[in-house]
Amino acid sequence: MFPFTYTRATSVHEAIEAGERGGRYIAGGTTLVDLMRETVERPSALVDIVGLPLSDVSATPRGGLRIGALARMADVAADPVVRQTYPAVAQALELSASAQLRNMATIGGNVMQRPRCAYFRDVSAPCNRREPGSGCSALEGYNRTHAILGTSEHCVATHPSDLAVVLTAFEATVHLVGPEGRRATPIGHFLLPPGDTPDQEQDLRPGELIVALEIPPLPRPLRSGYLKVRDRESYEFALTSVAVALHIRGGVIHTAKVAAGGVGTIPWKLPAVEQHLVGRRPSPDLWGQAAERAADGARPLVHNGFKTELLRRTVERQLRIVGGRS
Amino acid sequence: MSTDAQEPELQPEEGRPSPLSRRTFIAATGTATGVAVAAGVTGSGTRPVSATEDVASELADGTTSRVSFLLNGRRQSLVVDNRASLLDLLRERLDLTGTKKGCDAGACGACTVHVDGRRVNACLTFAARLDGAQVTTIEGLTPDGDLHPLQRAFIEQDALQCGFCTPGQIMSGVACIREGHTGSPEEIREWMSGNICRCGCYVKIVRAVAQTATGGR
Repeated sequence: MFPFTYTRATSVHEAIEAGERGGRYIAGGTTLVDLMRETVERPSALVDIVGLPLSDVSATPRGGLRIGALARMADVAADPVVRQTYPAVAQALELSASAQLRNMATIGGNVMQRPRCAYFRDVSAPCNRREPGSGCSALEGYNRTHAILGTSEHCVATHPSDLAVVLTAFEATVHLVGPEGRRATPIGHFLLPPGDTPDQEQDLRPGELIVALEIPPLPRPLRSGYLKVRDRESYEFALTSVAVALHIRGGVIHTAKVAAGGVGTIPWKLPAVEQHLVGRRPSPDLWGQAAERAADGARPLVHNGFKTELLRRTVERQLRIVGGRS
Repeated sequence: MSTDAQEPELQPEEGRPSPLSRRTFIAATGTATGVAVAAGVTGSGTRPVSATEDVASELADGTTSRVSFLLNGRRQSLVVDNRASLLDLLRERLDLTGTKKGCDAGACGACTVHVDGRRVNACLTFAARLDGAQVTTIEGLTPDGDLHPLQRAFIEQDALQCGFCTPGQIMSGVACIREGHTGSPEEIREWMSGNICRCGCYVKIVRAVAQTATGGR
């Protein structure tokens, strides 16, 4: 690990000033410390933000949910308001990482997680995300766990977060503060697919800090849930996952929110699935027909072709679980 | 349970502890070659590369920090290299070797300790961030040095073979019980999944946690 200076920010203003000067924010540290030890990350100045007052979790006036960026994963998962209003959020969090890591890691940091691609973590391997222009080792290498959606010739790593899949399905807003003041952006615009600039993972300007993530109000009654498929039953990243929310009234689906994880370079919204569901009556056939559209546009690699069918089946199963009850 | 705090000593003298533990013996015999290599590679006057080296005073370049925290109920005030993990600080400087280094990457749970009452991975915790914190390690699990009920349960259930993961399992298990995630064997398995046991003692570990959860504490 390379030497670095360390300061604790005592206010958001102080943090932004330090961030603007090139300081790297550290919150839970569960991604950053690990990658610093591997010398993938080499910040020369760390700015500790974990003591800032950005950890409130609260219902918004119209029935949405606002989660402070520095709230710990464990605390958000256990929050009664979260569990009652958006159980999929709690499910996704509790299916992530381990109890120890969830005690450390924050919500903002969860969304900011860097790829788990083994070549990204190995500084001796070419990787466009770590070193733009050096090449992508995963394209010709072992790519069983890599993405089938949103890939480019420069990078095929998946986004590792479970929570971000739920936030993407529910069309959450990322609240930011920076040297230019406050702004808000949809999570679907905040997380960037690799394209030609795989090293740019978020729409984040110098010194900007996530202050909160906000889920907009969704019509009630709402059925929602998160399903994660992985190589072992616990403490593992997703091969495929899906977040679903359905608002069914008078026997007809009025609102459908669906996104998938483990398959995209960013959490992958499934508008074709959503559109097929809206206006139709729940039925076993409907879940299958909608799920047929889940892998539209997929481009499998040498070792991950199975993800196309696994994604369809994961979506169908979760639609049946969430929507199947009469 | 942790046996490492009372490691077998080489030729202990009657009545007082031997000055030579397994740890210092290995370190001493390794030094001769280590010094030769280091001198050849780095030359003299180079900045120390070890993040756990005892830093007596703060460096002007800001890469060290002064921290003060409670460790097993006792105040520790020291200057640390910013790169030092809590795990390395415990093991290499404070001689608390009950907390184990497995993966050093947050994946195995062998380094589990409690910070401010919550179980965390010491390998992913920079010591410099601990100012004002309360840290409990396996050595400080009970104030009087007696065995914790979960440690007794591990012995009764024979919930270990090599024992390397055991201190982490115990620290994690104590927190798991305190959190209330012990309603069923399945729930215990899920909430203990951050602790890997390569000997495969999971069935007995789950039994030990369940027994302790229902048997009082």
